[in-house]
Order: sequence, then C-alpha cells, then structure tokens
Amino acid sequence: MSTTTQGALSAATTNQTAFDAVRKAKQKDILFATGGLVVMALAMTLLLALIGDLVIRGATRIDYGFLTSYPSRLPERAGILSAWVGSLLVMLVTAFLAIPIGIGAGLYLEEYARKGWLSNFIEINVSNLAGVPSIIYGLLALGLFVYGFSLGKTILVAGMTLALLILPIVIVSIREAVRAIPRIIKEGAYGLGADQWQVMWSYIIPAARPGILTGAIVGLSRAIGETAPIITIGALTFIAFLPPAPVTGEFPFISFAWLNDGFTVLPIQMFNWVSRPQAEFHVAAAATGVVLIALTFSLNGIAIWIRYRLRQGYRN
Amino acid sequence: MPNSSIPTSAELIQSGFVRRRKWIARGMKTFLFLCAALSVFVTTAIVFVLVRDSWDFFANVPLFDFLFGTMWTPVFANPQFGVLPLLAATLQTAGLAMAIAVPFGLIMAIYLSEYARPAVRETIKPALEMLEAVPTVVYGYFALLVMTPFLQGFVPGLKGINLLVPGIILGIMILPYVVSVSEDAMRAVPNSLREGGYGLGMAKWQVATRIVIPGAFSGITAAFILGMSRAVGETMVLAVAAGQNPNLTWDPREGAATITAYIVQMSLGDVAHGSIAYQSIFAVGLLLFVITLLFNIIGFYLRRRFREAY
Repeated sequence: MSTTTQGALSAATTNQTAFDAVRKAKQKDILFATGGLVVMALAMTLLLALIGDLVIRGATRIDYGFLTSYPSRLPERAGILSAWVGSLLVMLVTAFLAIPIGIGAGLYLEEYARKGWLSNFIEINVSNLAGVPSIIYGLLALGLFVYGFSLGKTILVAGMTLALLILPIVIVSIREAVRAIPRIIKEGAYGLGADQWQVMWSYIIPAARPGILTGAIVGLSRAIGETAPIITIGALTFIAFLPPAPVTGEFPFISFAWLNDGFTVLPIQMFNWVSRPQAEFHVAAAATGVVLIALTFSLNGIAIWIRYRLRQGYRN
Repeated sequence: MPNSSIPTSAELIQSGFVRRRKWIARGMKTFLFLCAALSVFVTTAIVFVLVRDSWDFFANVPLFDFLFGTMWTPVFANPQFGVLPLLAATLQTAGLAMAIAVPFGLIMAIYLSEYARPAVRETIKPALEMLEAVPTVVYGYFALLVMTPFLQGFVPGLKGINLLVPGIILGIMILPYVVSVSEDAMRAVPNSLREGGYGLGMAKWQVATRIVIPGAFSGITAAFILGMSRAVGETMVLAVAAGQNPNLTWDPREGAATITAYIVQMSLGDVAHGSIAYQSIFAVGLLLFVITLLFNIIGFYLRRRFREAY
C-alpha cells in the first residue's frame, strides 16, 4: 500500500469520527434544550395550576357582600371589609414613609456620597437589610416601636415596619434609575449655575420618575402581601369595626386618629381562615387569596409596563 | 427690581437669594444623608433589640442548654428551652427546598441564558418576577390545602401537617429568585469565552457545562446560598403547613414547628411583655438572624468576587 492511500484512508476515518462526534453533540444539544424547556414548562404549569385552582375555588365567593362585610363566626357571612381597609391604610403610611426616604437615600448614595468607608459601609448595610427575614423586622418593631416607644399595636406601627422592610428594594431601584440618567443632563444644569439640590430637584428626580415609580410599586406590592411582621407586632385577627375616617365633616377636615387604631390586613385575614378547620372558611381564604394575587399581579404588571415603556423611550 | 429685567448677580447676593439657596442645598444634603444613614440605624436597632431581650433570656437559660437541648416546652409549668427541635425542622424544610431549587433552578437558568431566544427570555423573566410577588401566605394555602391532600395519595403515612410539603413549596417559592440571580451570573460571563469554546468546536451544551457554569460558579453558588437564606427565614408557609408543635424528628412526613413558626405562634397567643416566653421569641429570633446573616455574608462575598472577576 502506498503512503497516499494510507493518508486518504485515515483522513476518511477521522472524518467519520468527527461527523459522529458532531452528530452526537447536536443530539445532546437538542436533548439539553428540550430538557430545559420541559423543566421550565413543568414549573410554570405547576404554579399556574395552583393559582388556577385557587381562582376556581375562591372566585365565586367574591361578591359585593364579601367586600363589604366584617369577618364573622359564620363562614357564609364573613367578609374582608376591615381587612382591605386596613391594608389600604397601612399601605398609605408605608408609601408616605418609604418613597421619600428611599429617594433620599438613593440620591445620597448615587450622587452625593464620596467613595469612602462611610458610603461603602452604608451600601453594605442596605444590601444586608435586603436579606434579613421579614419576621426579624417584626421583632424589631415589637421591641422598639410597640414597647420601646410605646406606640402600641397600631396602623402607624405596621406602616413604619413595612416601610423599613421595603426600603432596600426601593433604594436599589431608585439608584438604578438615577444611574441611568445621562451625565449630560446634570452637567448642563451645573453649567447654568444650578447648585446640587437644584440639579436634583429640577433634573434628576424628574428624569428618574419612571424608575422611582417602578421601585415604589414593586416595594408596595411586596408590602401588601407581607404577613409575618404584622403578626409579630400583634395585629388582631378578628376586627369588626373600621378605623375613624381620615376625612371628617368639620374643620380641619383631615383626621389622623386612624393611625392609632387597631387593624387587620388581607394576608392576616387569609392566614386566619386557612388555619380554621371548616371548609367554608377555606373557601373564604381562597377568595382572599384571589384578591391578594390580583392586587400584587396588577401592581407588578404596572411596574413591568412602565419599565417597558421606559426602554422604548430610551430607544427613540 | 422690575419684573421684566434679569437680576444681576450683585442684586441676587444682596437680596439674600444666594445665601438662601446655599442653606437649602446644605440642609437637603444633610437630610439625604440621614435617609441613607437610616439603614445603619435599622441594622443597629435590630441587633440591639434582639440582643437586649435575649440577654434576659440567657440569664435564665444557659446558652449550652439552649443550643443543645432537645426539648422545647416554653409554656409548660417546668419550661425547657432546647432549640434543637425548632432548628432541625427549619433546616429540614430549607434542605428540602434546596433539593428542589438547586437542580431545577440550574437547568432553568442555563436554558434561559444559553438556549432561549431573546423573545422567550423577555416573556419568561417578567413572569418569574410576577411569581416572586405572590404573597407567601398564599403559598401556605397551596401547601396545606392543595398539595398535602394531593400528595397524601402517593406518599404513605404523610400527615395532614408535615415538613415535606412546605419544603417542596418553599423550593418552588425560591425558584424564581434562584433562577434570576444565577441567570444574571451566567449572562455576565463574557461572550469571548463562549466564542473561544465554539472556536474549538464545542457544542452548545459543552460550552454551557464546561465554560459558562465554571465561569459563573461563584455567582451561581451565591444564588443558592441567598436562596437558602430566604428558605430559612421564610415564615408563613411553615406557620400554616408545618405545624406549631415542636417535634424533634427526622421524618419529613411528620409536622414540626420551625423557628419562624414558633415566633408566629407566640405572637398570636399575645404573650405577656417581659415574660420568659416573650424573651424566648427574641432568643430564637437572634439565632435566626445570625444564621441568615452568615448565609448572606457568604452569598454577597461570592457575588462580589464574581463581579470583580469580569
């Protein structure tokens, strides 16, 4: 056999093995891709099935009477009036505290703080706080607000607790929004003689508005479903009254008495009903769950939509 | 000064406008600093509150008995405060959660980062974000009233209140978080590394398993550790579905109270302020805080190291 034929033969075998290897690799690739897709679909289907089951069980229970009745010992008469009013008022306090403080902290860390041990230390603190379990915030509130400051188990304390809880989320998204603002806007304003706060107030905050809004909404949607810290500060599970209305008929028309009232919130109402043995209460719990999921999903949907719009805006 | 003319700088200084602006700028700077410093205050306050109330607790209960005792009977006439039953239940449910979240999370993250088309990724990522927002008490409902009755048909001896189902549900619950953090880590691996692999004739799955995963290893580990920290600190699923009975068991078909479920149970019972039962929730809270803090520190360290690498 001449050397040339030998060379051609071995080239052919190498080719064959190479082809086989490529085919095998491609097969494995398809296997990998399908596997990934199947796992993804499985997880999604499971979650959707669970949520669907909740909706099927609970949705029919939601009617006008359910939304306008107090909880009751009789499952068929129980409603979530005090719970959703409580949730609304607590969210009001939380938003009122967390949004301005979050904007302040985000602006400071992004625009004011010089790189140094202090800003580094604050940053580590913020990211650490994001990982602290929510029930620990409840213990903080119990020891500090309820007994330390003697504020009692009130709407104000619940709002403050949840504000502290969502602050890291709000700060992170505000920082991202501020960071994304082109330098040119800032420098133009400084060039015209604006001082630092004027730049913040007239240029940075307006330009960061969509990001601020997204952060606030995502934070509030987390707060609205939080149960553990509110249980820890001692929210009641059976409330058959409403706090005094924030708007009154006589001067000064606005009353803050509701801040110091006892309360319950939607997730606590749901927890209470889940823990009862009667199946009728489980239906009421499912209905409350539907309301909660509808609230958090629509809040998050709005946030995602704003972010999407924002991205379109930058592209143009 | 007539309205129509633009004031000169001398006029502005004279009218006090400049001084006023300076004070406002300075005042706002201080205010913003205080906002940022609040986080430091909160951390300090958490440690202070937990330590202060635990201090009185440990004056009555020796630390050794607390850490290694096997009986947790806080409301008995002769109360025992051995935290092991609570700790064992906490670690079992968190371990079960990781058994679900690690393999599934890894596969989903690889799929999203390496295989999925951008359109698919852009649909799935927001969907995952939405699922992260589902209130935990709703997951508790799923565990107790949907999954447990369903699984009782398959798992013999599964009690109505057990550790298995809350563990599984916890795993599903932290899955979106684990996926999104590890997918971020994988996407941060520079494309030049992938292209090097393709240039050597690697297939996609080889690039994924031999280049992307090792390249993003610390980021992926960080995702799992931070997920574990969440599972340990999660409350409502366990309070609803794992029971409120301290029970030192290694059989996940049985129910047992976790640290968080115990805190919830005591809070619902409205314990007297200053009693040893009241102090005990701060003592177990301190333990929980220390455990999650350890996980978080390791997680953040790995994540930071990963970011510096590229």
